[in-house]
Amino acid sequence: MIEWEIEFDGIGKSFFGARALNEVTFSVGKGKTLGLIGENGAGKSTLMNILGGVFPPDEGTVRLFGKEYNPSCPADAARAGIAFIHQELNLFTNLSVADNLFIDGFPKIGSSPFIDKRRLHKLAAELLSSVNLHVPAATPVEMLTPGERQLVEIARALSRDAQIIIFDEPTTSLTAVETKHPFEIIEKLHAQGRTIIYISHTLEDVLRVSDTIAVLRDGCLVSTGYSRRYSVERMISDMVGRRIEQMYPARNAGPGTASVLQVEGVTQPGIVRDISFELHEKEVLGVFGLMGSGRSELARIIFGLDSCQTGRIRIWGKDVTGSSPDASIRNGLAFVTENRRQEGLLMEAAVSENLDLPSLRKFAGLGPARIIDRRKSLEFANRIAETLKIKSGPVRIQKVKNLSGGNQQKVVIGKWLLTGSAVLILDEPTRGIDVGAKYEVYGTINKLAEEGTAILYISSELEELTGMCDRILVMSNGEIRAEFERRNFDKQKILEAAFSCEVLAGGGRAGHSGLGDNSGN
Amino acid sequence: MRTGRTLLRLPGGIVLSDHFVLVLTVVYFLLIWSIYPHMAARRNIANLFSNVWPLLALVIGQMFVLIVGGIDLSQTSIMAVTSVLGAMIMAGRFDPAKFEHNPLWGVVFSEQGGLLAGSGWAVPVAIMLMLAVGVGIGFVTGLAVAKLKMPPFMVTLVAMSFFSGLAIYLTRSENIMHLPESFIAVGKGSIGPVPSAMLIVVTLAALAFVILNLSILGRWLYAVGQNIRTACVSGVPTGRVVILAYVFSGFCAGLGSILYSARLEAGRPTLGRNLLLDVIGAAVIGGISLYGGKGRVLAAVYGVLFFVVLDNSLNKMPLEFYSIDIIKGGIILLAALLDALRTRIASRQTVPEGIS
Repeated sequence: MIEWEIEFDGIGKSFFGARALNEVTFSVGKGKTLGLIGENGAGKSTLMNILGGVFPPDEGTVRLFGKEYNPSCPADAARAGIAFIHQELNLFTNLSVADNLFIDGFPKIGSSPFIDKRRLHKLAAELLSSVNLHVPAATPVEMLTPGERQLVEIARALSRDAQIIIFDEPTTSLTAVETKHPFEIIEKLHAQGRTIIYISHTLEDVLRVSDTIAVLRDGCLVSTGYSRRYSVERMISDMVGRRIEQMYPARNAGPGTASVLQVEGVTQPGIVRDISFELHEKEVLGVFGLMGSGRSELARIIFGLDSCQTGRIRIWGKDVTGSSPDASIRNGLAFVTENRRQEGLLMEAAVSENLDLPSLRKFAGLGPARIIDRRKSLEFANRIAETLKIKSGPVRIQKVKNLSGGNQQKVVIGKWLLTGSAVLILDEPTRGIDVGAKYEVYGTINKLAEEGTAILYISSELEELTGMCDRILVMSNGEIRAEFERRNFDKQKILEAAFSCEVLAGGGRAGHSGLGDNSGN
Repeated sequence: MRTGRTLLRLPGGIVLSDHFVLVLTVVYFLLIWSIYPHMAARRNIANLFSNVWPLLALVIGQMFVLIVGGIDLSQTSIMAVTSVLGAMIMAGRFDPAKFEHNPLWGVVFSEQGGLLAGSGWAVPVAIMLMLAVGVGIGFVTGLAVAKLKMPPFMVTLVAMSFFSGLAIYLTRSENIMHLPESFIAVGKGSIGPVPSAMLIVVTLAALAFVILNLSILGRWLYAVGQNIRTACVSGVPTGRVVILAYVFSGFCAGLGSILYSARLEAGRPTLGRNLLLDVIGAAVIGGISLYGGKGRVLAAVYGVLFFVVLDNSLNKMPLEFYSIDIIKGGIILLAALLDALRTRIASRQTVPEGIS
């Protein structure tokens, strides 16, 4: 007899006529780990919001420990012992780790209103060691890497003695190689008999940590069962409703010989050192490295968002070193940044307003007024939305913030399709988007390469780079450590190169812009 | 959620409509009219509208800065300093009793008037100077915000202190009277039945509308206000756009100064001293967000109408002079509260994320 901790019974939910969940029924056993998967918009977030007390279901009931559970607000969920580890980390970056851990209930000196600092730091240190995070409790959160921040969130859940912990896309902000660390914690939580719901698009991770799997598609439960009955292939076909024969679609043309982008000896002290490479027409050149290896910073320097002390950057032989982003675009560069919310999109604006932003000059008449030909720009936006299969309402009205992650990412890529760029820089172009959308993004990248665009492809997912690239550069500690041609791709060797000199680098925390909060703007 | 929906159904969407502030103003006007019938008298209406135009010029300028996520507290000080400078050029006569000990006596102006007094060029040059000084101050504050990355609140607060101080220093706190008739006509005269102030400000509003709604610059302004980092990555020349917003605000302040000075028939060093709350209040009540990225010309118009009607009605009431600001503050707070409620209802209408 299995003891059920959470039971969803016939859950249904609609938003303004759109069915988000339909008759969803499944249970999670006590002390078990459930992997919940589905494409963006499949209903995972809706279901978790119901569990978290954000809104009630329209139909059906949720039971916790066999008792009916009707939270009316998120605080009810917290009281019921449910903790969320969110995709977007919810920490106060300006406060210390200890302050973050006890923000909703500081230990007091007796019954006075003053904080007992000593006890605070002692309790915090205990919690931190329980999640294997070895930093002083007084460290400001902004000094931590995204991975460490996640551990702080987990520690916070533990501080409330949460019995049910929900990881919502926990590894999206982590480099693949760094994900090993949280897994140990999850195993530890599991061993302590806590119930875990693990939501992720990284299906290998889900398989690795889960006891059971539940797959949602279009608001319905498609399948559920022991994880040993699942493979990545089955998970994908359940999620998308069809089989994806090959994750990385084939490209019909190899790299050309004309050199489009030349980077020579680019150096910025503390960030990157002596970076030189060439990027050719129709080539997809991967850049692999850990967090803090300088891969994103290099892209920012090439695009002109950050400066470099020495070195030259040329496009088609023309020296473009030190250009502003504005000038870089006119020189033929395009940049899909790693944080689409912070740097890729105007979340509050319409889809069309995002798509035509970099190419507004192309739609403007002459003269000082520079009136925009709105019909022409809308026509273009519609064409891009169609080409990239962006699932959206009318592009002129639909706000980007209401699109799913995959469709948002397509908008970020789509806005560069009319600037006539010779070089497209992609920084984590598939981060946090689902399998189906990933496949479509890969197809778009291939098509652009076939049409002549040179592509610089930065990713922390090695699988993705070996599947997509003609060549891979490996960065570590601000330098290029190795270069691999497609026929020589060897994951083991690439990883070794990425880890080389990490000991000297001392963790590689400095100057990283993973969350974009310390990049020069 | 449930309360939101019933609230929505009741007033037929008026609460959520873009014209909500206009409806509010009209309702308020009718209410006051029922108590004070002379509210709707022809003279009062004319007076009411004559108060709209200069304020609207300021609010439109302020709106550009608010759209890029900034704030321009220096507008009123620009008015003061340009009012004084313009008058120093064109005034026909300076009273020796008041100005004899001014350091500029005999240099810029004397008993025979300002620098260009009596010349046909006096008024056009003074007007150009007033606008140019507004633009210049806007350029400097814009530069400090965009290039030195100084907080707009601080930069413009300091500019406000500096330039309002300068206006008082230049005149030793005396009003400069005896402005030329042709200058006064800019603010008080009319072309046919149309007041010239209205003509000027409606032209300004039309220009602002074209910039915001039809031009590249408009799209860039909104983009910078919504997310300056995304705008930068998308090739928007963010620095130039921010500077232009402050320059436009300074220009509008100069224009407002011309209209107010002409109406008061004086170069006044304390011009606009109590106007800052009206300008920013009207902008916010009209629906222009202090967080940037939002703002329409129509919103500025509605906000100004609301303020002018409010002011006018308070003057009609048998209130003690000392209590007017308290009541005004209370009503503005109420309007802002209503707007906040409205925004909350509107935000509940949007579908949560992840549901496409």
